This record gives sequence, structure tokens and C-alpha cells, in this order.
Amino acid sequence: MRFVDSFLEGVRPVEELLKYAKIDDGVAEIDARELKHKELNDLMRECVVRGARKLILRNVCGQRYIGTRLYFNPGVKVEIVIYGTPGNDLGAFLAGHRIVVYGNAQDGVGNTMDSGEIIVHGRAGDVVAMAMRGGKIFIRDSVGYRTAIHMKEYMERVPVLVVGGSAQDFLGEYMAGGRVVLLGLNLKNGKHKSHYIGTGMHGGIIYLRGSVESYQLGKEVGIVEMEQEDWKFLEGVVEEFCGHFGKEINVDKDEILGGKFMKLVPVTKRPYGKIYAY
Amino acid sequence: MKSHLLPDFVVERIEERCNKCGVCVKQCPWGVYSWNDDKTEILIDYTKCVGCQRCVVYCPNKALIVRPYHGSYRPNSYWTKEVISDIKKQAEQGGILLVGTGSDRPYKVYFDHILLNASQVTNPSIDPLREPMELRTFLGRKPDRLEIEIKDDDVEIKTELYPNLVVETPILFAGMSYGAISKNAFLALAMASKEFGTMFCTGEGGLPKDMREEYGPVAIVQCASGRFGVDPEYLNCAAAIEIKIGQGAKPGIGGHLPGEKVTAEISATRMIPEGTDALSPAPHHDIYSIEDLSMLIYALKEATNYEKPVFVKIAAVHNVAAIASGIVRAGADVIVIDGFRGGTGASPKVMRDHVGIPIEMAIAAVDQRLREEGIRHKCSIIASGGIRCSADVVKAIALGADAVYIGTAALIALGCTMCQKCYTGKCAWGICTQDPNLAKRLNPKEGAKRLVNLLRAWSLEIKDMLGGMGINAIESLRGNREHLRGIGLEEWELKVLGIKGAGE
Repeated sequence: MRFVDSFLEGVRPVEELLKYAKIDDGVAEIDARELKHKELNDLMRECVVRGARKLILRNVCGQRYIGTRLYFNPGVKVEIVIYGTPGNDLGAFLAGHRIVVYGNAQDGVGNTMDSGEIIVHGRAGDVVAMAMRGGKIFIRDSVGYRTAIHMKEYMERVPVLVVGGSAQDFLGEYMAGGRVVLLGLNLKNGKHKSHYIGTGMHGGIIYLRGSVESYQLGKEVGIVEMEQEDWKFLEGVVEEFCGHFGKEINVDKDEILGGKFMKLVPVTKRPYGKIYAY
Repeated sequence: MKSHLLPDFVVERIEERCNKCGVCVKQCPWGVYSWNDDKTEILIDYTKCVGCQRCVVYCPNKALIVRPYHGSYRPNSYWTKEVISDIKKQAEQGGILLVGTGSDRPYKVYFDHILLNASQVTNPSIDPLREPMELRTFLGRKPDRLEIEIKDDDVEIKTELYPNLVVETPILFAGMSYGAISKNAFLALAMASKEFGTMFCTGEGGLPKDMREEYGPVAIVQCASGRFGVDPEYLNCAAAIEIKIGQGAKPGIGGHLPGEKVTAEISATRMIPEGTDALSPAPHHDIYSIEDLSMLIYALKEATNYEKPVFVKIAAVHNVAAIASGIVRAGADVIVIDGFRGGTGASPKVMRDHVGIPIEMAIAAVDQRLREEGIRHKCSIIASGGIRCSADVVKAIALGADAVYIGTAALIALGCTMCQKCYTGKCAWGICTQDPNLAKRLNPKEGAKRLVNLLRAWSLEIKDMLGGMGINAIESLRGNREHLRGIGLEEWELKVLGIKGAGE
């Protein structure tokens, strides 16, 4: 069996790729149509090294890890605007950059993301915000399975995921921190369909606009009353959400906040403390 | 509930040697020793003794003997004391039996059924005291072919090389997390690695920020299913990154660091709130296939600008050879295979003792398979799980590994006596504990010295064995099974190991 390394094979040197980029006054425009995964990321890094702080990517079609390669010490902050459909692991391990996608995103958006912001004018696939530990993700429409698994927080670093629509099963499994908000804007009867929500959850908060039945929840989560600080938090993120997408989908902040919200929190910080014999 | 368990150990005191100094009371974290009310007698409750031998070593008058409890049930080779005790314990507590360290079950030890070769007459042995003997090992992907250019006296490599790690001996320290072990133990491993020229793996507890600059270059940082402490700086400060899929002591399951061990410092390193359980799910939830694994391997390469090799660590399980082939094809630079003897700070006993296969078999099967597929050079193999001595290292390499990880042996060098109570967090030797009063018993400098001594001793022995075989570089030993012979092994075992029987 021939050894195929589809990821690295045929990758052209970055000097050859520069013809796909136009750098002007700190802004680089890249045509990604003919670029392989690694070529696009090589080129983006090269553009940043050459001084670009805003990258506009056109004709993106499935290229993975956009934004991941841009870790620089000391920190450089870059804005990445994407037209098309970025591939898996968009913004994985993201270090402080801002990514705006005009289109849908695939699986693994914000995987183990450290800081920064991802805004998707469309939907996203599975495992969004997995193990995310900082920054914000806004998805205009819905997300797939296994969203926000093992999201976590530490001190002032509290990651936030806001989804305009709903999520599929296993939302917030093993969640250890952070805030997840599902606005349910596309639900017909206000009922979320996700099952196994928050199984193994031991930190963080999930806010759902709309309703779920208790059988849809994992054993480790409970529904609690909304408090003033919850509303304050929601007001802030809903305002941001509407700032990004309000006009596109014709919603406003008050209309969203006027809906019924549920707050889900873990029953205990130690869900599996009692299953062992010493 | 009244406990029906028999004691494990009994403590004997030689009364004429004891001068009631009270060192034993101070040293024992298990509560075996206590003063009576008027502080005239030291009382002994040996039912609490775990056999860690701390009191015996530290008693200034050598007045103590700790030995296994000699009382027993009616002797029974089937319903042993261990079996009976486990049933009673579970009947009393109703939970999964926890245990520390690698499996102690009397399964066949293949290392002990393999003998090494030496040169006699027909080819000369090499004297490592007089002649250079190369133990330096390069870990990572190698190119398919090497193009060189010779200009005058200068030789230049034209082929673009993949990032490789360089270690001065084929022995690295296995992943043991800060959290499972104390900061001092963790630091000792890092210091020893730096001094000797090898590397240590951080396990999945992160790398404290104050250690990154000095010890990052000798650290293999782990990215496990809990993704604890994984941030871009952590990945970029290290020499390599290890994706942990599984470990030999508990293949197929995740890990739970109990909340009481998540102290302020641990919480800062793992980046989770103090006091919460650190739960590592059984699978990585972004990896459900070889394709998904490939996605994470390249995500990590992207995150570190293709400057670092990516390791993938798996437990040795039934189809390990096919799995390893998939891992190489997924883009891993190094595969770590952890045999069923692999150690742990805490594992369900049933997993530790009944899941996985021996490392010797796994290495041989993987090496064979990758050679058959022509992709052996695409990755290095690290054998891990139960490497006890330099002979085990040599045998593992001759069976096909590039290097070995040692965990338990390193901890024994630091003071561990294999009492198996790691999961209690009360380690009397300051290794597997976060209690500051216990942790300070281990001086990291002295610990590092012990580790460096061990590496030096084993390296000298390896050179002796190599020289005896007439080999002058560890590279030439890798997969060199002609230098191994089996004794007391059946045909199928010899076949799997790819070695001949003694005398053949």
C-alpha cells in the first residue's frame, strides 16, 4: 500500500504562493481557490510576517485550520474575513485573533480555542467549541452534534458560545466551565430536540431560549431559576449577537430577550466522586 | 458497617532499640503510630499500614520491621486472600476498586524469557571503555531517501528533514502529570532530563508557567482528552507534543483527578477552577476515527508551525499492529505503545489487571507490521509500560523499539516503594501527593541526582551489552532480533516475537 500524505504532498513553497495574495497597507487579500490546506495557512502566515493585520480570504472551500498557524510571540492580533466555506478545525487553538465567516463552517470550529472571536454568518457542523477555554464564538444559525464538549473556564477567562438556532445531541457533555447560549430562533414550536444535554457536566452554564423536557437532560444537570446576573449576561451577548446578525435575520434584542429562557447548571462539581471503593 | 477485612501488614518493634523519639509518628501519613495521652508510649495500629516502609527507613534506631500480615484464611489457590479481600471491600463500599501502579498479576513476563547474544571468536566484541559507543537517539519521521551534496570537504544534506528529537540515551521519562505527582517530583524529572540530555513527558496536567522557559525544551507536552492546560504557549514552548489516546494501566477509559487534589496551583496549571473534578473523557470527542486523529495531529502541527514532532500514545491492545499502521498513516512522527504493565496513579483494578497485552508482544507485532508495509521509517516507536532495567531496554529495542519510556522505575528511583496507594494522595515519599507537608519530603535536586544516576547506570550497562554483541551504536540494535533467543516459550510466542528459540 503506497503511503499517501494527502496533507503535505504537493505543497508548493510559499514564494510560489505569493501570487495568490495582494498585500496593501496591512491588508492582504488571498484567493484560496487553488490552495491546499497547508498552502493557505503558509500563505496567511507569510502575509502576517510581511505586516498584514487583516486577511481577506476569498473562494475558501474546505481548507482546514484557518487561523491556527497564527501564533506569534509576542502576541499579534489579526482579523481574518472568510468568504466561502472554511474546512474543519476553523480557529483551532486560536490565539486572540478575530475570524468572520460569510458562509457556513464545518466541524470543529474553535477546537481548544484559547482566545479571540469567531463569528459565523451561517451554520456550523459538529464539535463546535470543544475544550474551548477563552474567547467568544457566535454562530448565526444552528450547530451539529457534540457542541461545547469539555468547554472549561479559569478565573476571568470564561469562554462564550452563542448559537442563534439550536444544537443536536450531546450538547455540553463533560462541560467544565464557560457559557453556552442557544437562542432557538429557528425552532418552530420552541422545543429544542437535543438529547443527552450536559451529561457529565461539572461546571459552566447552558442557557436555552425555548424549552426542553427533563428526559433530554443528562443526569448531572439541573434546571435552576434565572437570576439578575444571568439576565445581565444575556443582555450583553444578545446585543452582540444582534450587532453581528440582527439585520440579516431580522431580529432585535428585545424580541429575543422577551422569550422564555431556561438555565441549566451542573448538580455537582464532582459528578463521579462516589463510584469508587478505596 | 464493621469492616471484615484482614490487615495487609504487621508492624514489629524491637523494643530494646526504640527510644521513643517519635520519628515514626511524624513520618507515617497513614495513622499507624500515635502517642498515648501522657506521651509516654507510642501506640501501633498496624491495620492502617500499607507497607510503604517510610518508617522503617527513617527510624534512626532501626527498631521497626514491617512485613506482610502472616495471618491468613484457609489456604486456597483459587479463592486467594486478594480475591476474598476485594469482594469484602466491594461489599462494604459498593464501588469500583481503585488501585495505583502497574499490574502486579503473575502473568508471564516475556522479557524474562528472552536472552541476549554476545560475540565469541567469529566476530569480536567491542570494549565500550576504549571505543566510542553511540547511544544518541533521534526520534521522529525519517525521509524516504537522503540526497546529499559533496562540495570539497563539506557534505550537505539536500533533503528537507522532518523535526526530530535528540536524546543522549534511548530512555525518556513517561507521562506523569503534575497533579498525579507532586510539583517536586515533576520538577525532579524535568531537571534530570535537562542535565542528562533526555526528555520528560508532562502527562496531561499541563506545564506550570514558571517551568516553561527552562524546561520547555526538554518537555514532551501532552494533549489528552481533557485538554487540560493546553494553550498555544504550552504547545509552542515544548520539544514535542504527545496526543494521549490511552495508557497501559487503563486502556479504553478516561481519568478522574478528584476535586480535592485540584489545589490552587494545580488549578492554575490545568486552567480549571479549584476543587472541581478534572475529568478526562474516555475518548477524545473530536477523534472517532483514524481520519479524525489525523485532523488533530495536523491541527497540532499547524499550531506549532510544523516545528515539532507529534507523538501518539496508545495502550497495547489486541489489534495494536493495525492501529499503529493507521496512526503512522495519520501523520504521527512517534508512536508510544504502553504495555499492560504500565503504571498509573489511579486505575480501576479490573482494568489494570485484565485489559491489554504485554509490551514485548506489542512492539514486535508493530515493528513487523510497519516493516512489511514499508513505513517503519515514517515514525519512531517508544516502548513503555514495565521497563525495569537496562536489559529490558535492550530487549525492547532489539524487538523493534527506538527508545523506551520509564515511569515506575523513575519513581522508584525517587523513593517509591510500590505500595500501590498512589490514588489516596497520601504518598509518604512525597511523590504522589499534593499535601505540602508530604511533598516537601522530596527534594527536587536530590531527586534529580538519583534519576541522573539511574540513567547513567543503565546507559553504561547498555553500552556493555551492545559491546558484547559487537555493536557500537544503539541504531544497529533496533529490530535486530537475531540477537535475541527465547527460552521456555511456545512456538506461537516465538513467532509473534519474531525470535528463534535458544540453541536454534
